Amino acid sequence: MKVALFVPCYIDQFYPGVAVATMELLEKLGCTVTFPMNQTCCGQPMANSGFASASAGCDKNFIASFRDAEYIVGPSGSCVLHIKEHLHHHEEEAAATKIRQGIYELTEFLTDVLQVKELPARFPHRVGLHNSCHGQRGLHLSSMSERVLPSYSKPEQLLQMVEGIELLKPKRVDECCGFGGTFCVFEEAVSVKMGKDRVQEHEDNAVDFITGVDMSCLMHLDGILRRKQSRTRAIHIAEILNANIR
Amino acid sequence: MKVQDHASAAAAFIADEPRTDWHDETLWWVRQKRDKAAHGLPEWEQLRSWASQIKDHTLSHLDHYLEEFEKNALANGVQVHWAEDGAAHNRIIHNIIRNHSIQRIVKSKSMLTEECHFNEYIREQGVEVVDTDLGERIVQFRNEPPSHIVLPAIHLKKQDVSETFHEHLQTEKGNNDPQYLTAAARVHLRDKFVHSELAITGVNFAVAETGAVVVCTNEGNADMGTHSARVHIACMGFEKIIPKAEHLSVFLRLLARSATGQPITTYSSIFRKPRPGQEMHIVIVDNGRSRQLGRPDFRNSLKCIRCAACFNTCPVYRRSGGHSYHTAVAGPIGSILNPNLDMKANADLPFASTLCGSCSNVCPVKIDIHEQLWKWRQVLVKEGYVAPAKKLGLQGMAWLLAHPAVYRLAGKTGRWVMRRMPFLVNNRLNPWYKQREMPTPPAQSFRDWYLKNRKS
Amino acid sequence: MSARHHIIKAVADNKPAFVPLPDINLDQVTGYDDLAAQFATVVQSIGGQVVPVPGWEALKPLPQAERAAGKWVVNAVPELGATDQEVSSMDAVQLAGVDMAFVPGTLGVAENGAVWLYESQMINRLLPFICQQLVLVLERKALVATMHQALLQVDTAREGYGVFIAGPSKTADIEQSLVIGAHGPVGLTVYLIG
Repeated sequence: MKVALFVPCYIDQFYPGVAVATMELLEKLGCTVTFPMNQTCCGQPMANSGFASASAGCDKNFIASFRDAEYIVGPSGSCVLHIKEHLHHHEEEAAATKIRQGIYELTEFLTDVLQVKELPARFPHRVGLHNSCHGQRGLHLSSMSERVLPSYSKPEQLLQMVEGIELLKPKRVDECCGFGGTFCVFEEAVSVKMGKDRVQEHEDNAVDFITGVDMSCLMHLDGILRRKQSRTRAIHIAEILNANIR
Repeated sequence: MKVQDHASAAAAFIADEPRTDWHDETLWWVRQKRDKAAHGLPEWEQLRSWASQIKDHTLSHLDHYLEEFEKNALANGVQVHWAEDGAAHNRIIHNIIRNHSIQRIVKSKSMLTEECHFNEYIREQGVEVVDTDLGERIVQFRNEPPSHIVLPAIHLKKQDVSETFHEHLQTEKGNNDPQYLTAAARVHLRDKFVHSELAITGVNFAVAETGAVVVCTNEGNADMGTHSARVHIACMGFEKIIPKAEHLSVFLRLLARSATGQPITTYSSIFRKPRPGQEMHIVIVDNGRSRQLGRPDFRNSLKCIRCAACFNTCPVYRRSGGHSYHTAVAGPIGSILNPNLDMKANADLPFASTLCGSCSNVCPVKIDIHEQLWKWRQVLVKEGYVAPAKKLGLQGMAWLLAHPAVYRLAGKTGRWVMRRMPFLVNNRLNPWYKQREMPTPPAQSFRDWYLKNRKS
Repeated sequence: MSARHHIIKAVADNKPAFVPLPDINLDQVTGYDDLAAQFATVVQSIGGQVVPVPGWEALKPLPQAERAAGKWVVNAVPELGATDQEVSSMDAVQLAGVDMAFVPGTLGVAENGAVWLYESQMINRLLPFICQQLVLVLERKALVATMHQALLQVDTAREGYGVFIAGPSKTADIEQSLVIGAHGPVGLTVYLIG
């Protein structure tokens, strides 16, 4: 299966290890993975700040990068959701539509398209799962505590395939971490307070790692963890699913 | 006085962290009660769909239903008034009060009267109106607005209430027992009720088919007031209309469960005609609602039944308090309603959200609240209600991200700077760094790695 | 032009395209095997109590017994004896002293413990609210499962006023601590007959 890898800009720049893990994992599972070299950003930071109208150049660049891809996979629920909901371009609407329909967040690609039943992964640690909102409530990667519907979780389903992992849930299973894009700086006080509260519930479970499908949430939580010199660290789910620690 | 924007007011609220934690946990507990009630009904999601569809239908046929409602109310012997804005609403009520030379007035909870700033207005006219909902009476004593549309005094601790009651009701100093304080309010307010001449109430639902208005309370204050007084004035935004009495079943099943987790409020009272010798008025208010109805992206905010489930679930509301929203209706729903009332004054509110989407999930009438928050942001930027620095920054960012070569250079330079001169970003001017560490910049980007390891 | 005309015109101009009403199919609504048990459980959970009685006879002595204890008891239930019609013309100041009121209900709702009262059943609209103790009397066969059935049976346009009452008056406005007896009755008992 041919996959075009979508690497969100901040992952490219700050967390290349997450993209490497994503690429290696997909390759292990038999995919041929390419990385379109001219990609930059999905445009979400502008759009969520009210500047969707200014992101036409960004959208055009995204379409040029991914127009020929059959499957597009990205290790970020939030960026993938943004593309799914908002990628349009007046000159390229057919190509944009094809991309909106062909883009997947990593875990949903693994469970729904590749239908992965087992993984050659081992990660002998206590791990807390953070349900990032855009992946969960936007892409429906898992059921939501507010809704009266059957329960499921694609990230959890995959993590359960990892040998040695001990998965722990925080008390509030799906509360937002407070990252929220530019919210994290324009509403700094609330953002940090939300993050501190999430971190506390995971630390109460004495986890070694907090994981999730969105590195942006994890970057925010990790910043708080490191500031308080916690022994807990944030790690992207791709790095766990690709790990083989003996 | 300049109103503080949400971010600054929230920061001030959070400065008292134990109180913030208490506020957060208390409202989360209400959210959990809501979850339990919702999960108790297997048809919950179906009920939400019905409620949503009934409201969609009503909005699409609203002019007809308003006329039907008025016709039936008039036939029931009720006087119907129409107010285009808050000022007209206030004047209409003041005129009724003046015409009767009435002194003793009680009011049960009405968010519409808060929206119209009725309390300030009527006080300036030299008329005293006693709020009779316990929470509203507490904040009225303190000269504060309610901080929550269902739990008006949720920002206060029992110590605060005790001090307020000691001052106004001469309760024992330092007695913080809610039972004791409520009993004191009961004595005080029952006295107000039995002597009241005019009672003002809000309206939860107005039934077009019968001309009746429905008022829901737990305390019984709406009924105590209206059945004591010789004049009843019910105030409603025009979106309170529902077509038929049988539709009440859907809304009454959802309202209290969504609001507090109760299966229904203690009292769901249906007022159709004044009692013999009584006078009944209904004031139907627009105040920007018809404008909102004309905004396709935002009109379905008018489906709101004011349950406040979106407040209780909102992680931002729980940690910033209702007053940080500086409007009568706070929380996520307030943040999509208030820009319609005053775009400039409320331009901060759609940004007071992480867009987590929990609000839309709990909404009993399926308002796409978080999507409307996103859309309001686009409107506010377009209309120019955003700080110039933010505008410049985001436009610059958009330009950079549209140009891959510039992006790569900027990324590389940025990482290089962060590695060599971390003090340039790790300082108090960077809001990220204030309470969080910056990510450690790696030497190479993923693209660099890919070029070396895969692209040969 | 009048405000009325302006508002209705603005609504007509701005309303969306017509959307039909949904079909509310009661097959999709929860039912209960034992309506009385469900009703009693819910009433208790909201601070009231349900007392099953086999027939009217068992209830008849109650108002008199309470009166004998020195209470001002108002009876509005014809099956329990003479009703106290004189309260119909009393005002709030007078009624404020009522200790206990016996009022008949039309129907009870199992899902939420609510009882519907028509205005004509209350003698005075204020009675069920101003009394200290409210006693509602209801026939077991008048229980329905949910609000859907309730609002199909009750004719809200029959009289000038009516109310669903579920439990005693309550508030949690001080720190979310539940206090029974806000302004209205501090206690509610439902006698379920049959």
